[in-house]
Amino acid sequence: MNYKARITVSLKKSVVDPQGTVVKSALLTMGFGNVAGVRIGKHMEIDLADCESAAEAARMVDEMCRKLLANPVIEEYEFEVVDASNGEAAGQ
Amino acid sequence: MRFGVVVFPGSNCEDDAYYAIRDGLSQPVDYVWHENRDISAYDCIILPGGFPHGDYLRAGAIARFSPVMGAVREFAARGGLVLGICNGFQVLLESGLLPGATLKNDSLQFRCMYVHLRVENTRSPFTMGLAPGQVMRIPIAHGEGNYYADEETIRELEDGGRVLFRYCDSEGKITAEANPNGSLGNIAGICNERGNVAGMMPHPERAYQAVLGSSDGLGILNSIVSFLGGR
Amino acid sequence: MHASEPTVEMIIEGKLWREMGLKDSEFEMIASSLGRSPNWTELGMFAVLWSEHCAYKHSRKLLKTLPTRGERVLVGPGENAGVVDIGDGLGVAFKLESHNHPSAVEPYQGAATGAGGIVRDVLAMGARPIALLDPLRFGEPTNPRVKYLFGGVVAGLAGYGNCIGVPTVGGEVVFDDCYADNPLCNAMCVGLIRKEDIKRGVAAGVGNSVMLVGHSTGRDGIHGATFASEGLSDDTEDKRPNVQAGDPFVEKLLIEACLEMMATGSVVGIQDMGAAGITSSCAETAARAGTGIEIDLSLVPLREAGMTPYEIMLSESQERMLVILEKGREEEVSAICRKWGLPCVVIGRVTDDGLFRVRHGGRVAAEVPAALLAQNAPLYDPAWAEPDYFRKVSSFDASGIPVPEDVQGAFEAVLTSPNIACKRWVYRQYDHMVQTNTVMPPGADAAVVRVRNDGKCGPEKGIALKTDGNGRYCYLDPVRGGAIAVAETARNVACAGARPLAITNCLNFGNPEKPEVFWQFKGVIEGMRNACETLGTPVTGGNVSFYNESRDRAIYPTPIIGIVGVIDDISKILTQGFKSEGDHVIVLGDTLDELGGSEYLKVVHGVVSGRPPAIDLDREKALIETLLEANAAGLLQSAHDVSEGGLAVALAECCFDARPGARGADILLRWDGRIDSLLFSESQSRAVVTVKPSAEGEFLEICEARRVPCSIIGRVARSRLRVSVQGINAQGAGIQGTGAQGSARPVIDCDATELEKSWREVIPCLMS
Repeated sequence: MNYKARITVSLKKSVVDPQGTVVKSALLTMGFGNVAGVRIGKHMEIDLADCESAAEAARMVDEMCRKLLANPVIEEYEFEVVDASNGEAAGQ
Repeated sequence: MRFGVVVFPGSNCEDDAYYAIRDGLSQPVDYVWHENRDISAYDCIILPGGFPHGDYLRAGAIARFSPVMGAVREFAARGGLVLGICNGFQVLLESGLLPGATLKNDSLQFRCMYVHLRVENTRSPFTMGLAPGQVMRIPIAHGEGNYYADEETIRELEDGGRVLFRYCDSEGKITAEANPNGSLGNIAGICNERGNVAGMMPHPERAYQAVLGSSDGLGILNSIVSFLGGR
Repeated sequence: MHASEPTVEMIIEGKLWREMGLKDSEFEMIASSLGRSPNWTELGMFAVLWSEHCAYKHSRKLLKTLPTRGERVLVGPGENAGVVDIGDGLGVAFKLESHNHPSAVEPYQGAATGAGGIVRDVLAMGARPIALLDPLRFGEPTNPRVKYLFGGVVAGLAGYGNCIGVPTVGGEVVFDDCYADNPLCNAMCVGLIRKEDIKRGVAAGVGNSVMLVGHSTGRDGIHGATFASEGLSDDTEDKRPNVQAGDPFVEKLLIEACLEMMATGSVVGIQDMGAAGITSSCAETAARAGTGIEIDLSLVPLREAGMTPYEIMLSESQERMLVILEKGREEEVSAICRKWGLPCVVIGRVTDDGLFRVRHGGRVAAEVPAALLAQNAPLYDPAWAEPDYFRKVSSFDASGIPVPEDVQGAFEAVLTSPNIACKRWVYRQYDHMVQTNTVMPPGADAAVVRVRNDGKCGPEKGIALKTDGNGRYCYLDPVRGGAIAVAETARNVACAGARPLAITNCLNFGNPEKPEVFWQFKGVIEGMRNACETLGTPVTGGNVSFYNESRDRAIYPTPIIGIVGVIDDISKILTQGFKSEGDHVIVLGDTLDELGGSEYLKVVHGVVSGRPPAIDLDREKALIETLLEANAAGLLQSAHDVSEGGLAVALAECCFDARPGARGADILLRWDGRIDSLLFSESQSRAVVTVKPSAEGEFLEICEARRVPCSIIGRVARSRLRVSVQGINAQGAGIQGTGAQGSARPVIDCDATELEKSWREVIPCLMS
């Protein structure tokens, strides 16, 4: 079965995000006065082919995140795995 | 003694390191391709600067899985000397051979300029030829040199005397203005517990000739030679 | 034939060539040369190769009048880059290119891909790229959109150049309102090569393999060349698909892999896939060799599904090279590509019928003579006419401009104007030290890159590099401006102690179909020709960027010159900063009363008018020879050319770059006339030098022998810049009639360190 994983990797809360700070200033300057905070992360999409099950796909994605996609010193991650054929959320 | 300079696809400072060692130190040096698993011929391995794999995903994140890094890990475990410069430092951080990580410079800009470094620890093979508190003029060239580690790790580094260099002003004072990237504690370079693996964001290999602006980098490279020579 | 593609009948009926930028007459020429009407794919190929950007239709006839030969020219115009001989069996490959239109739409990627393209052009000569320079032009920097473009372009050049490990060692940034909607992003690349290793873009040897190396091909940049051949308009934002994205990592792999493959001796010809990618590289290499090429598009690795032959042929996907190899040696080259992780595939072969035949899935999608495509676009003789403004600006009378009472205030205003202010904010973003050969970093009169001796004894050579091009001068007087553009670059490298050898250029202009614009172009070429001939710096190649205009406003005619010079011993490099207190300060050349076109006139009085400074090319040559002779004899402590901002600014800059304890000067100038002319005229062929008192006699003899005017104007001081003026009729700053014997009062008196601080803060403040 084919799956698509959508992963978000972001800086840990304890880590300063200078990009987020600058973007926040820019938004405030543009007149979006309600902006209270901005943090910037990464979004990844991984297409997985021929997996046994959604659980297996999720397990693999979790390992990918731990080993490569996120740096545990400064980043945290979350993801969802959907069935690539009909888009239903199949596991997390 | 023999030096090996690792070359990853996308490294671009391997020549800088090669010439500093060959012409600045007059020592034998080879390039070591990233697929090479045998580095037994070497006494000191340099991981040079550059953008291996484009630094895509994160600086050094993919390079650390290269075949040569397995050999570097074993080499370090046996006590071999490893110096990671700039991106090389980032590869060591991603590999876990040194603790911490680097973030984008707080200015959000790439900075190529001369800085001053204060020598904090002269017990390591990389600094034993220098004087404690010595101020050196060395260039940096990076966009993500902002060193970060959690509180506990920073405490271990400080208490263990594992901070090798800090950014300072021309008189050796540690100030915020002298910090070019926002690194915690103005940390510019660190070593592991054993002292045989070190990493630094500044480029000593670019300061090996007065005609380039400074030859202070030789102090660090010569320390390595003294250490290896005295063994 | 793809169902959605127009048929030949539809092309003719709808005159579809017009949308692609081809004239009716050009279409007829194509049809009659082919003996039939072109199909859609063929039409697209002609549209790009016959565009102004690729074919130089409006400029080629005039470009041919520039001197291109010289005993040091190893490769002249017509190849991917020019090559000049620097001695010891070495050549320097170099060229300037523009990426103006893409940078106006998407500054980061427009600039990045511009750098990528020019690097591949130099690589295609067989040279290892060793330096980049970036001359840039933007609108007034107080404008938020200008800041966005400026920041984006610099970040893009930094991001790309730093990643590929080629140091960006120089360049310049000039701000003027005329560039607001049409920024200029030019890039110069320089490479080093052994003479016997020089490669050319030729598809030679019938039966040889044609290989595509590098990135897969996608739909990016289709019709990028035609985009560059028209002005920008309000729907330019929609042109975003015409801007490609660069991948500097793949570029770095390409550099290493191509150099390795060329070292095997199996590479017969090589060319960058730049504008119109596969189409231009195949057609041009075949046309140069007088051969033909046959390729099969089904072999081209694609990154998007369902691409038509038209799309594949016109794609400007980046980081691709065309390599012509000796038949039978494909595996050797493939192994090198595999080592570097680079895709490579043989897509065709060299033929002997002079045709460019494109197959796709078993049928022929296009078949046209290569020479017709690449070399036989029509050349035009555009009409030219002197514009109305010229008479007006030429008759400008400076007597209507008041001489300032507060001369120091005027001086500080000029010094801290964005064009004169410190550009460190820019070049700190570039890794200018990688490859550890940069012995004169950015911020100096010229950059100098050393050539390693490779362990041999003896002095190391240095390659001096500079770009320059004052558009305002060219607007006010194209002939003078064109000559000055070349002269300035030559003077700059001489101030570094290097002999000027040859130039490349990027000529940035408005719409050449407008007579006033073509008048400017014609004048600039004439000026450049005069300077190149007198100074002995032939043109080895370059680029023309027309149509830099929008909503009826064109940029100033801006010829950017890139020069290469050589110094045989880098230990003799001259720098601009003062060295020791007490050294004598000398001005070479004459200061004239000519405020026309000066920064001072614009910044302090808001006026752009007058004739630009006069240029006497023989005097310029004499100055250059004097500097070189005096430096070779070790007589000079420092040298700095005098240009924008005039003498006052030049003196200040010498203080900023000076050694501690020598950061000032006590200057006495004798002058009868307006003080502002004295301090801010941008008279040409001048330099400020310092000499030790003991060396002065010998130096003055050299000046006299070469008939270069020189006056000793003062001494290097510890920390203050003090400029006094003495003269019977000196006007301004309340010192009228001090008399020849009267005491002179300083008109400028300031602490150099404080002055430097305000000079350094301008651009960072603007961009924060």
